Amino acid sequence: MGSRASSLLREEDIEEIKKETGFSHSQITRLYSRFHSLDKGENGALSREDFQRIPELAINPLGDRIINAFFPEGEDQVNFRGFMRTLAHFRPVEDNEKNKDLTSGEPLNSRTNKLHFAFQLYDLDRDDKISRDELLQVLRMMVGVNISDEQLGSIADRTIQEADTNGDMCISFSEFTKVLEKVDVEQKMSIRFLH
Amino acid sequence: MASSVYLCLLRAVFLVCFVNPLIQGLSEDESVFQNPHHQQEENLTGLPIVTFKWHHVETPYLVIIWVFVAGLAKLSVVELNHHVISVVPESGLLIILGFILGGIVWGADRAQTFKLLPPTFFYYLLPQIILDASYFMPNKLFFSNLGAILIYAIFGTCWNAATVGLSLWGCYEAGVMGNLDIGLLQFLLFGSLIAAVDPVAVIAVFEEVHVNEVLFILVFGESLLNDGVTVVLYNVFDAFVALGGPRIDAAEIFKGIFSFVVVAFGGSFLGIGFAILLSLLTRCTKHIQIIEAGFVFVVGYLAYLTAEMLSLSAILSITFCGICCQKYVNANMDEKSVTTVRHAMKLLANGSETMIFLFLGVTAIDTEIWVWNTGFILLTLLFVFIYRIIGTFLFTWMLNKFRLVPIEVIDQVVMSYGGLRGAVAYGLAALLDEDKIPEKNLMISTTLIVVYFTVILQGITMKPLVQWLKVKRAAHSDLKLIEKLNNRAFDHILAAVEDICGRIGDNWWTRGWNRFEENYISWLLMKPKARKNRDYLFSIFHKLNLEDAINYVSEGERQGSLAFSRSDEAANVDFKKQFGSEFADVMPNIMVDMSNYELGIEHFSVTSIVKDTIPSVSLDIHGQDRKNAMDDINAHHLLQQHLYRSRKHQHRHKYSRSHFSINQNEDEVQEIFQRTMRSRLESFKSTKMGVNPAKKITKHHKKELTHKMPNGHPDGTGHLYGDEEVEGLCVFLPHLIEAGIENPVFLPDMDSPTHSPPWLMETEAVAPSQRAQRRLPWTPNRLRRLAPMRISTCSTDSFLMADVSLTLEEHEEHSQTDHVEM
Repeated sequence: MGSRASSLLREEDIEEIKKETGFSHSQITRLYSRFHSLDKGENGALSREDFQRIPELAINPLGDRIINAFFPEGEDQVNFRGFMRTLAHFRPVEDNEKNKDLTSGEPLNSRTNKLHFAFQLYDLDRDDKISRDELLQVLRMMVGVNISDEQLGSIADRTIQEADTNGDMCISFSEFTKVLEKVDVEQKMSIRFLH
Repeated sequence: MASSVYLCLLRAVFLVCFVNPLIQGLSEDESVFQNPHHQQEENLTGLPIVTFKWHHVETPYLVIIWVFVAGLAKLSVVELNHHVISVVPESGLLIILGFILGGIVWGADRAQTFKLLPPTFFYYLLPQIILDASYFMPNKLFFSNLGAILIYAIFGTCWNAATVGLSLWGCYEAGVMGNLDIGLLQFLLFGSLIAAVDPVAVIAVFEEVHVNEVLFILVFGESLLNDGVTVVLYNVFDAFVALGGPRIDAAEIFKGIFSFVVVAFGGSFLGIGFAILLSLLTRCTKHIQIIEAGFVFVVGYLAYLTAEMLSLSAILSITFCGICCQKYVNANMDEKSVTTVRHAMKLLANGSETMIFLFLGVTAIDTEIWVWNTGFILLTLLFVFIYRIIGTFLFTWMLNKFRLVPIEVIDQVVMSYGGLRGAVAYGLAALLDEDKIPEKNLMISTTLIVVYFTVILQGITMKPLVQWLKVKRAAHSDLKLIEKLNNRAFDHILAAVEDICGRIGDNWWTRGWNRFEENYISWLLMKPKARKNRDYLFSIFHKLNLEDAINYVSEGERQGSLAFSRSDEAANVDFKKQFGSEFADVMPNIMVDMSNYELGIEHFSVTSIVKDTIPSVSLDIHGQDRKNAMDDINAHHLLQQHLYRSRKHQHRHKYSRSHFSINQNEDEVQEIFQRTMRSRLESFKSTKMGVNPAKKITKHHKKELTHKMPNGHPDGTGHLYGDEEVEGLCVFLPHLIEAGIENPVFLPDMDSPTHSPPWLMETEAVAPSQRAQRRLPWTPNRLRRLAPMRISTCSTDSFLMADVSLTLEEHEEHSQTDHVEM
């Protein structure tokens, strides 16, 4: 499995991905074999069903949303580059970031980009604002069935109230970042990938 | 408080009065005993109606008296001033109490008649503690961190022993300690016995300081496994001391190293062998269920003694016996036996621990053993402390290169501070041979001082240290709502991404082992019925039914039958609005208490506890001005209570000497799973089918759930649906079942359940509360609870449930036969 998979991944691709995401060579090859093992249809791209086949995602409240986050707007297939780009958000932040000199701005795993990833999980319609309804949907997903709608509504209202500074009853990305400034996002949104 | 003072006084009086004449009687009877008949013939003038037969019962009587005293000691320690207890760990208090008792005995006898003798300690007091620790060991956590644990246990202990021994020798050579009759080998011997971290002390202190699981398992696992090294080092250096310096050459050293391998692995395999024996035994004990619980203790103790007899590592033997037999014994034995074992285990372990600490205190009050050498003692303390820190940091630095989740600096500090020495070190010191080691008393004194220092001082300062360093612990609650929500969301996100990445590497081994274990080992060691019941469906169903029945009855008793007619939800909300501000300080306590609630499903426990403490008279505190504050408390409380737990959030250490809980996560997982499947179903249908959703879901009522994600097994799943429209769904949906939970939010168009549980049918006066209705199962034939988790009655086995149980992709395809026994 390993050797066949890596033969499909060309060196230039690996280099490009390395530059874009900051993963090391061995990490990229390992993730490629994982990508390959998920890809049952063997067409070089993952579909939603491939992700849904992972059993643990079914009992994760945000599982489906995270799966959606892998797929770019309106598409049903994600190739390896897209896969890696999404995973790059979860790379631990290191002090000696080699790709700080990326012309495209901040590296993918910066704090802002991590927060942006989380923000987009809430913000389904991509209007850069979390409305009360969207928040309510997320809350409903993350909370047990015993809590009623009114209670949930009051929690949502309270949450928006805490974060909303300009009074528009929505949470914008800057408000989101501000309210989470005390939270150690770099730690909470990082996975240590094996070298 | 007052009661404990009386208890202490009572005990002191009791001891002095009782023990004193006993001792004196002892010396009299000594001579009498030698000529019993003679004595009787001489003094017998008439028929004695009652005689005082002390010498008949002496030994067991003294033993029982001391056990009794230990129990009273624990009682009085617990009843002490609350402030004292929260500062000083229980073990420390017991030692201090031991000092007092020792003082009383010494005052009566001018000699310490009751000492902690090594054989007593090693054969009668220690085994049950280790057995308890290993029987309740969280296996998955243990084995996933096994590499780190072994590194600390083996190399860490060797490092400690070598450095302490050599440093002390260096200082001796430098003349700091004055004149002692001691040599390098003896220093090394001393180093090896003082190096070992003690499991009893670690449990006793860490239990009160709830640190995160990984940290706990590292320290605790190390303390258990280092016995292998300690035994070897001790025996090797003991032999070297006996041989004398000149006779040690390379061959002997190699033999020493080789003996480590033999002792450690031999002990472990012996333990595993006894575990197999025990599992096979419990497989056959169906007809003697009354005594099958006893086998666990007997076989465990046998493992210990056999290893001791063969000079292998006894602690390792009993540890692995407990670790390996947990699962099978719990599966094979009757539920009552399992409960019996658990409670008895805790009883014995708790009792032994109390006695050990008590005796550690008593033993100190003995003028014979104390030899004071300032340099030796102070230097030992210093070196033990420093080298522990250095060693921990060194090995952690090496380990972090290989670990997926690195161990943080703060955790390392706690780990090094948590290297407590205890009774094992004392026992080994007391075993030293005086002829070979003339400075034995000095070593005993030093060991005792080190033990007191670590247990009392480090125990007292551990909690403040942990708080000060902000070590990751159980949840804190001053966060804003949005922070809380996001924290949980992050945990879920991380868990999902980790699963997507597959945690490359170790997962494959885990899955392989699970497959092997399921097919071969369980076949051998588990009863066929138990193997069938491994299906989480059935066992969860059964267990949840039992829990529900118990909860139902106790809720009914607590509230009276009228309580059921009130809707649960309204009571919840109303209560908070009315009592929220007044009892705000009560509520946080309730949150904390929830984790101690044995049977509890969390929602249930809060309502019942809350209803208990507050009189149920409805108050009209309808302050409009208070509404906002209450909404705040309301919202926080609700969110805290109801947010699904993520996998990461189960990182609360679950090992506890005095509490054990049954896992409460099953319902949450059930709900999440069901909801996810429904939404996937919806989206799938909306893209491909356009058929009435309600009809589809009804179809799934009668199906059985397995957790096989059909990776290309359309045939296997297809026939169970029996419907061609549904076959397309088989690709990614497992068979769905309707669970007992009806969430009106999601399925507005479903038929409301028309059946109610059988036992409800009879008593029509009682309408079940909303919660009870949700929880109680429906008729057994048609429904299975939805439960993706594997359970065992051993709570600690259900960690990281999503990880383990669901990676078992080969689930036996259970037939539709009704294997419910109700």
